[in-house]
Amino acid sequence: MNIQYKIFSKGCLDVIPLLIPVVPFGVIFGVIGIESGLGSTVTFLMSIIIFAGSSQLAFVQLFTGGATTPVIVSSVAIVNSRHFLYSAVIAQYLTKVKLFWKIVLSYFLTDQAFIVSQKYFKQQPTNKDRHYHLLGSGFTLWFVWQLSTIAGIVLGEFIPKELNLAFAVPLTFISLIIVDIKKIDHLIVAITSGVFAIIFFNLPLRTYIIVAAAAGILVAYGLSHTKLYRK
Amino acid sequence: MIWTTLILAGLVTFFTRFSMIALLKKDYFSPRVKIVLSYVPSAVFPAIIFPAVFLNSTGQLVFLDNPKVLAALAAVLVGYLTESVIATILSGLGVLWLLIFFI
Repeated sequence: MNIQYKIFSKGCLDVIPLLIPVVPFGVIFGVIGIESGLGSTVTFLMSIIIFAGSSQLAFVQLFTGGATTPVIVSSVAIVNSRHFLYSAVIAQYLTKVKLFWKIVLSYFLTDQAFIVSQKYFKQQPTNKDRHYHLLGSGFTLWFVWQLSTIAGIVLGEFIPKELNLAFAVPLTFISLIIVDIKKIDHLIVAITSGVFAIIFFNLPLRTYIIVAAAAGILVAYGLSHTKLYRK
Repeated sequence: MIWTTLILAGLVTFFTRFSMIALLKKDYFSPRVKIVLSYVPSAVFPAIIFPAVFLNSTGQLVFLDNPKVLAALAAVLVGYLTESVIATILSGLGVLWLLIFFI
């Protein structure tokens, strides 16, 4: 067994504990895609083309709500802006690899792969094959995400509309911020955004989401100057 | 229309991930920008959560007589106590179904 394969396998194994919430998330996405009438092809390909759970759910929610391309694409950009930070952290470990690798690894740079691989990179300051770890963690996550999406698509064909499974979308987003909003500063930002979304819901083209996110980020910027911000 | 949107959304997602790796910048962001970016989920997701919970299908604000509000409250409470993604989602759906089908 060569060293690159070993590192790749370690990446695959390291990410496994973080896959537990990924499976239901992928299934929910698949079901919602079908229930929203996107069809199995679009739903399946969205998991391959975007490959980012929360922005995929936001996409479906906004698309079925009648939002236009600019609103959907900018919402996806805002939801994904956290990737800039991941990218900045990972960049320092990938200075020596070829462009092709950088492109492939960027595609696989999800929350979970980032968490386990940046930890590994930190422990391996001189290992020139360490990027295989991110390939392993990223690929494993990718594979499980596609399988879960397919499971959701299949389930979605059978689940009756009366179950209101579309409600799983806000519930999933609640589950994603629940730990953050235990902190008062995050709670203030979240309530600002939510209240703005309600007030401006009837703006044309579903632009309320941009207005609400901007309001939340402005408040966050203000809070970052106060004592409420804690590390 | 959906294909254009989908491909653009995919490209945007890819470039957020590729950005700093391509630029080889590790200290590109000031501490302030990093702090503000850490608030992004709390600033964006409620904009999807609130309308889905508090508005009915015609866009009217409904607080009382709205099973989604109670279901969301249950999810927040369970999520707060367990910090579990799965428990949060299932408790919200469970309460919603209870209210819709049995009460």
